[in-house]
Amino acid sequence: MTTKKKSAVDRDVLIGMYKQMCLFRRFEERVGLAYTKQKFSGFCHLHIGQEGLAVGVQSALRDSDYMISGYRSHTQAIGKGIAPGAVMAELFGKVDGCCRGKGGSMHMFSNEHNFLGGHGIVGGQAPLAVGVGFAIRYRNQDNVIVCYMGDAATNQGQVFEVMNMAATWDLPVLFIVENNRYGMGTDITRTTSVDHLWKRALAFDMGHSDVDGMNVLTVHEHVTELVEKMRKDKKPHLLEALTYRYRGHSVSDPGTYRAKEEVEDYQKNRDPILGLGRQLVDKKWATEEELKAWDNEAKEKAKEAEAFADASPQPALEELWDHVLVP
Amino acid sequence: MAIITFREALGQAISEEMTRDANVFLMGEEVGLYNGAYKVSKGLLDQFGAKRVWDAPISEAGFAGLGIGAAMVGLRPIIEFMTWNFGIQAFDQIVNHAAKMLYMSGGQFNMPIVFRGPNGAAHMLGAQHSQAYESMITNIPGLKVVTCSTPYDGKGLLKSAIRDNNPVLFLESEMMYGMKGEVPEEEYLIPLGKGDIKREGTDVTFIAWNKALHKATEAAEALAKEGISVEVLDPRTLQPLDEELIFASVRKTHRVVIIEESWSFGSVGSQISDRIHKECFDELDAPVSRVTNEFVPMPYNEAQEERVLPNLDRIIAAAKEVLYIKG
Repeated sequence: MTTKKKSAVDRDVLIGMYKQMCLFRRFEERVGLAYTKQKFSGFCHLHIGQEGLAVGVQSALRDSDYMISGYRSHTQAIGKGIAPGAVMAELFGKVDGCCRGKGGSMHMFSNEHNFLGGHGIVGGQAPLAVGVGFAIRYRNQDNVIVCYMGDAATNQGQVFEVMNMAATWDLPVLFIVENNRYGMGTDITRTTSVDHLWKRALAFDMGHSDVDGMNVLTVHEHVTELVEKMRKDKKPHLLEALTYRYRGHSVSDPGTYRAKEEVEDYQKNRDPILGLGRQLVDKKWATEEELKAWDNEAKEKAKEAEAFADASPQPALEELWDHVLVP
Repeated sequence: MAIITFREALGQAISEEMTRDANVFLMGEEVGLYNGAYKVSKGLLDQFGAKRVWDAPISEAGFAGLGIGAAMVGLRPIIEFMTWNFGIQAFDQIVNHAAKMLYMSGGQFNMPIVFRGPNGAAHMLGAQHSQAYESMITNIPGLKVVTCSTPYDGKGLLKSAIRDNNPVLFLESEMMYGMKGEVPEEEYLIPLGKGDIKREGTDVTFIAWNKALHKATEAAEALAKEGISVEVLDPRTLQPLDEELIFASVRKTHRVVIIEESWSFGSVGSQISDRIHKECFDELDAPVSRVTNEFVPMPYNEAQEERVLPNLDRIIAAAKEVLYIKG
């Protein structure tokens, strides 16, 4: 774990993080509901419970930094700057979606916001991230790329291949393993030889650490430190973020492989939003009423996103022929 | 015109394009210090330095994916596979990532990348080093597939492939690297998607590409001595296919033999045959005939390998079959 020290993060930043986490929570809840109302179909992986990590990381980055992720990335995409309405419209397969309805839940992209997807092959995004790190070094820039992956992705061969390359060639890639302890329905301890996933970095003599992904402030401070160092030395780093998803692997997963009490324990005692809310109240930086009001704002924003997606037209059928190849 | 080898022609193409555009770089196993496993990249490390000519670890999925990520942010990688037999380690990256990026991002991310290397059987390399992949890779929307049969074509096509904003899979041949041919001193390009008539004829059309083109030409020369005039057509680009050139030749000769050093089931040859039967049925004086590898893994034994690949006897027999000549 990272060492504790007095936080330099001010009130406005903390409140911003609180609001953003509420938005991510309420957005994903609305996505889940829209799915059950059959507003869209396909696979849908919710990030509920993991907001502290998404917001803590995002708040440590610049707009010019890149981000790439797996298939649980709706809110990471919003965090990088894509409008919530454009993400919701993409889920609905509508023309105002960030990929004009061609990507879907697993494939959010925005060139404008340096969000490089949304990828559906477990671990497949890691080589792409290392390619972006290569390009940063090639052009001698000082930005970085964050590469999110799930715990189970650390067992994919290509991830090992490119961690080796990133470490050998000093490519500025921050690999963040979102360890929510379950690769779909399989407890990570049943499939993985190491007790801590940051140990994968030892094989490549690569920087590594872990962080409490349920604590947004800890994540923010640790990632800020990592990224600022990386801008200078270009060395990659593997960060294991211990987190937890409250919902199933996907919306169609009832989650019978884990105890109800385990989920409830996280929700009651380790929830990132409740945690930061308590801190704000303790510091007298916010009142319970203000917290409630900010949450209501988030609910309203999520509702607006859904209304935007509802109102967006279907893409023309003929668009299916577009974007196969550049003419 | 200068007479140079195939490997020199390909090397010139890479060198000229790297000179022209600082975003072009070469990565692959042994491409730098070793000067290339087949010496295609000879001299490039000296010319351009280690920043642009990268020796990769033996991690095909990793460095192919690195190229794809670099292409997403505007570099123009040339990824060399020592052989396409190793390249299939990277099929996840090529098929799931390179081929889909433009489409699933709704047109936001171009993929200007070339994957190149030798394809097909060489001589007594055994089952794992003798495979031809054109039939598999032409089956994937979002990829261009280019072959070459002469140094002139190789250079002009490779230059176009490097300038193309789509992923191009470029197929060469170990057996042809030492082959010599005329290549102009001045710069030229050959457009992708355009085939070439290598030999004019009137009685029957041979369609062949890559190394098989030379067997087809040899058979055409043998048949000329018997008074049979063969037109030899090299489609060069297999995806997208120059169907107009093929149909025009069929309308002229009314008889077709397709020769491919690949397997028969669901192949490029069977696709061309299907298109001819569909579009030129009334022009045909005989069903299209195909000469392919026998449907077995490649044997090591010299005589057995020779028997599996299309050979002169089988090509001549097929020509006589469509001409209804006995014996």
